[in-house]
Formats: sequence, C-alpha cells, structure tokens
Amino acid sequence: MSRHQFFVRGLRDSVPMLVGIGPFGIIFGTLAGVGGLTLWQAVGMSMFVYAGSAQFIVISLMGAGAGAVVILLTTFIVNLRHVLYSATLQPQVQRLPQRWRLLLAFWLTDETFAIVQRHYLVHGRTPLAHWYWLGVASSLYACWVSSSLVGVLFGQTFPDMAKWGLEFAMLATFIGIVVPLLRNQPQIAAALVAGAVALLTWSWPYKLGLMAAAFSGIAAGVFLEKRQAARLDDMTPNEVRP
Amino acid sequence: MTYWWLILGMAAITFLMRYSLFAWPNLRFPPVVRQGLHYVPTAVLTAIVVPGMLLPDGAHWQLSLDNAYLLAGIVSIGIAAISRNLLATIGGGLLVFFFLRWAMGQM
Repeated sequence: MSRHQFFVRGLRDSVPMLVGIGPFGIIFGTLAGVGGLTLWQAVGMSMFVYAGSAQFIVISLMGAGAGAVVILLTTFIVNLRHVLYSATLQPQVQRLPQRWRLLLAFWLTDETFAIVQRHYLVHGRTPLAHWYWLGVASSLYACWVSSSLVGVLFGQTFPDMAKWGLEFAMLATFIGIVVPLLRNQPQIAAALVAGAVALLTWSWPYKLGLMAAAFSGIAAGVFLEKRQAARLDDMTPNEVRP
Repeated sequence: MTYWWLILGMAAITFLMRYSLFAWPNLRFPPVVRQGLHYVPTAVLTAIVVPGMLLPDGAHWQLSLDNAYLLAGIVSIGIAAISRNLLATIGGGLLVFFFLRWAMGQM
C-alpha cells in the first residue's frame, strides 16, 4: 500500500467515530457559548486543547466560577490518561522524525488512540502506518473543530439545544471503544472495579475520583493477569521448570 | 482575555502529557508498567462512562426508569457486545437515546 492508500484507509476507519464526535462537538460549542466564551474562544479551545471530555468539564467549572488553578488542575487530572496512551503507542513512533512525533502527539485523543492501537494490533508495525494514523487523526480533528463552531452558532439561535443531552454521544463512543476490549477476565475485572470505584468517589474534588478509579481498575487487571499466569505455571510439570 | 490564558494553559498541559513519552522514544518500562498499560483504556473510559450513566448531571443519582442516559447506555453496551461494531454502537445508541428522551417528554 502507498502513503496515499494508508491515509485514505485512515480517513475511512475514522467515520464511525465522527458519528459520536460531531454531536459532542456541537454540545460543547453550545455550552461554551452559553457559558460566556466568545465564538473564537470556544473554537480556539477546540483547536488548541483538543480534549473533549476535559473541555466539557472545564466549561461547567467556568460556569460555576472556578479559579484558574482549579481549572488547570482538573485539566491535568482528566487528561492524565494521555500519558498512558503516549506510553502505549511510544514503540510505534520510535523511528519517526521529531515533527511527526509532535504532530501525532498533539492529535492523540481517546478516539484516535482506539482506532490506531487496533490497527497496530491487527497489522503490526509497517513502515507507512503513520500515514494511516495521520488520516484518522486529521479527520477526527477537523470534525471536532468544525462541530464546535457549528455548536456555538446553533447555540446562539437555539439556546434550548444545551438541554437536548447531546453529551450522550461521548458515552456511546466510549462504550463502543471499551466493550470490544472486554475479551478476558482481567479486562472485565478492570472495567468492573474502575466503574465501582468511580461511583464511590464521584464526589471527590477536581475529578480526583477519576484517577482513583482508573488506577484501581488497572491494578485489578494486572493482579488477575498475574494470578492467571501463576496458575498456568503450577500446571506445568515440575521437570520442565528450570 | 483571562479565558485565552486559561485556554493556552490547558493546551500546554494537555500537549505535554500527550507528548511526554514520544519525547523520549528510547525510554523502556518495567514489565509491570507495560502490563498495566493494557488496562488503561478500559479502566479510564469505564470510569467516565459509568457515572455519566448513573449521575447524568454530575451531582444527583438517577437510578430510575426515566433516566435515558442509563437505559440508552445499557442498550449501547448490548449493541456493542453483540455487533462489536463501532458505527452500530454509536449510531444505534444515539438513536435509542433520543427516542427515549422524546418518548418520555424530555426533549
């Protein structure tokens, strides 16, 4: 496959995500406009920050009159997962030049991560796979920025749109990403524990509960995986052991 | 003006976290960390989704049958488990959600 073909395949594979990102961008734009941001501030946030769930939370914090420190700390906590995405995809960008790594890092969202990671799992690392990644990422970015703009413009005309519940698009998208990952016991345990802890800690300030839930889920997954591996070890005959 | 500074601050924080490990392409992790990374998307996204379904406004439990977020979320999980198709899950989930909101007079 050529660069062009990889790029086009990336664009094509991004289409299902657009169905979720579009409505979510629209509700972000609507709420940002209602919440006191100017059109360019709302679109600028989507262009420069490019992190849907963090932007969504920050808009509600701004509406509640939160200070700059709280807003920046919350951004940090909510987006900390991107360090882990960065670490997961790091082997794939090892041989890419700096400018590629900068660009792909800027565009590393949940949705991009989910599509690109699946591509690498299925096809392995191929020399031109970053063109696939570029296709996915540029399509999702264009959709996010333009739907935010549409949201601000529509929100001015139909203020009721803020109450439609378009933010459900984010939940549906994340469900679509997570459920196919639940193929074994450790993954299922990670989801159950993370969900339970998230419910127990939802009232913690600055979204700290999100981090607590994430790390509990990860710990549960690693623990079960280790236990399964230990059990397999026990079943191997003694004489095989070194 | 202050909003612009906040936006730039958020942008810098977010970018630095996304770029963190791409900046040192040769950094290697201990096995337990690499193992843990396999569970990151599952744990983080579930931790966002579950409260989103049960406390849609972020402040009040809504364990009731007129909570469209909860019902449509469960339907979406079902669609995803059966079809394993992203478009069917997101599109179908949204359709069910808006149908429920409309049927329950919440639109």
